[in-house]
Amino acid sequence: MLIRRPSDIQPSEITPRHQYLQRRQFMAGAAALGLGTAFATAGGGAANAAALQAGKSALSTIDEPLTPRKDITSYNNYYEFGTDKDDPVRNAHTLTIKPWKIKIDGLVGKPADYDLDDLIKPPGLEERIYRMRCVEGWSMVIPWVGVPLAGVLQRLEPQAGAKYVAFETVVRPAEMPGQRGLFQPLPWPYVEGLRLDEAMHPLTILAVGLYGETLPNQNGAPVRLVVPWKYGFKGIKSIVRISLTDKQPPTTWNIANPREYGFYSNVNPGVDHPRWSQATERRIGESGLFAKRRPTLLFNGYAEQVASLYDGMDLKANY
Amino acid sequence: MAATRTSTAATWRSLALGSDPVRRAIYMLGMLPAVSTFYFGLTDQLGADPQKTLERTLGVWALRFLIVCLAITPLRRLGGPNLVRYRRSLGLLAFYYAALHLTVYTVLDQGLDLAAIWGDILKRPYITVGMLAFLVLVPLAITSNAAMIRRLGGTAWQRLHRLIYLAAAAAALHFVMLVKSWPAEPLIYAALVAALLLLRFIFKLQRHARPNRRARPEAARA
Repeated sequence: MLIRRPSDIQPSEITPRHQYLQRRQFMAGAAALGLGTAFATAGGGAANAAALQAGKSALSTIDEPLTPRKDITSYNNYYEFGTDKDDPVRNAHTLTIKPWKIKIDGLVGKPADYDLDDLIKPPGLEERIYRMRCVEGWSMVIPWVGVPLAGVLQRLEPQAGAKYVAFETVVRPAEMPGQRGLFQPLPWPYVEGLRLDEAMHPLTILAVGLYGETLPNQNGAPVRLVVPWKYGFKGIKSIVRISLTDKQPPTTWNIANPREYGFYSNVNPGVDHPRWSQATERRIGESGLFAKRRPTLLFNGYAEQVASLYDGMDLKANY
Repeated sequence: MAATRTSTAATWRSLALGSDPVRRAIYMLGMLPAVSTFYFGLTDQLGADPQKTLERTLGVWALRFLIVCLAITPLRRLGGPNLVRYRRSLGLLAFYYAALHLTVYTVLDQGLDLAAIWGDILKRPYITVGMLAFLVLVPLAITSNAAMIRRLGGTAWQRLHRLIYLAAAAAALHFVMLVKSWPAEPLIYAALVAALLLLRFIFKLQRHARPNRRARPEAARA
């Protein structure tokens, strides 16, 4: 068998940064001319993708090539649309994302049902390029567009007793095939949670877009959580409820299998999943069939920024 | 040792291609999924994680061929056609797919990092079970030819080849164990293997309950 191992990443596999940035400017221009939707479709985005204006952030990870858009938007874990990686891209178009309300409740000064547009306003949008490490042993580099969760929470005025933030995904069996039928892999709604200090950390964002456009449904439209130092499943999608609580909230994968998935789920090469090693990962979109594994980094490479959140904590016990 | 040489030659002949045109067609068609998937992988048509898709496809086909092998006897017993003369080809295909699956895991996925692979085998139950399934198939593949049947004798050969029950059960379990939550596909394969093994158990009970032809004269005398 002939096995060629390319010494470098094929340039053809990466959308050059200047190209997608140019495209974003072009799209913004097109939108200004009232051509937004037509061009978004022609440009290969999802049918309802719209261009987003976002400022750059010093918190972006800029030293690694971006994962191609087609891989980010076609290789997804979103069990509400099916358990195969290509189920979400095929099935997620049925989800209605306009209008979108988010219920804010619990220990906050301003509980209410908010319109997404009232919670996240376009002027505040930032591009955040982050590594994303899936608990299954693969990773991507994704240019998210979003806002720091901290700013959103602050405006809602957390009460003194609030210690955790709980999140909930939409339940719509009629629009989400994974939520109906005989084989339902998880209990719904999908729920996630963070400690308040994790939620307030500057790296934690609510994302509404990627690659300069609104999120495709399969990536969690219209709004999802991104916590780059935790395994991807902590990044709950299509959020309809955010609650501030004084008790650690339940989280879906922890309910499904407490031995394998903890509340924290910080990326840690030294703490294996009970069934597989977490020491290495495969970067999606890199060298195709012959991609080599790369070592996984503690806190997914964000240890400098976030390790202090866990000072004195046993990371093996609190996996 | 003439006998050894003959059986070795026969082993290689049967591992390569059978002489029967139907068997040859089974091999050719049977290898198509492997060839096409590898081709799609080389031409970047396997999606975002081509390695995993290739690995998974080869593994699933190994399991499918094992299930087809297990189905041949029940099919005949339940009044269907007797396809037993094609079982060897199908069993060897299962072995080839298992070997390719293992090769993709060791060479492409793990990059021949022997320490990591050995660690996986010892520490990861799903890999332990998968390796067991493959190791069990090795002696079956080596003895899948007429010369080896003659050498071992029919009874011993048959006893040895009952190990396919273990291989199929381990392969199905390997698939169920490696996925998160409970997706349908691995459970369906596991249910098929369980059903086919259960049928054999039922046949065995029936054999014990109803005296067979050889036992009948004794029964008549009694």
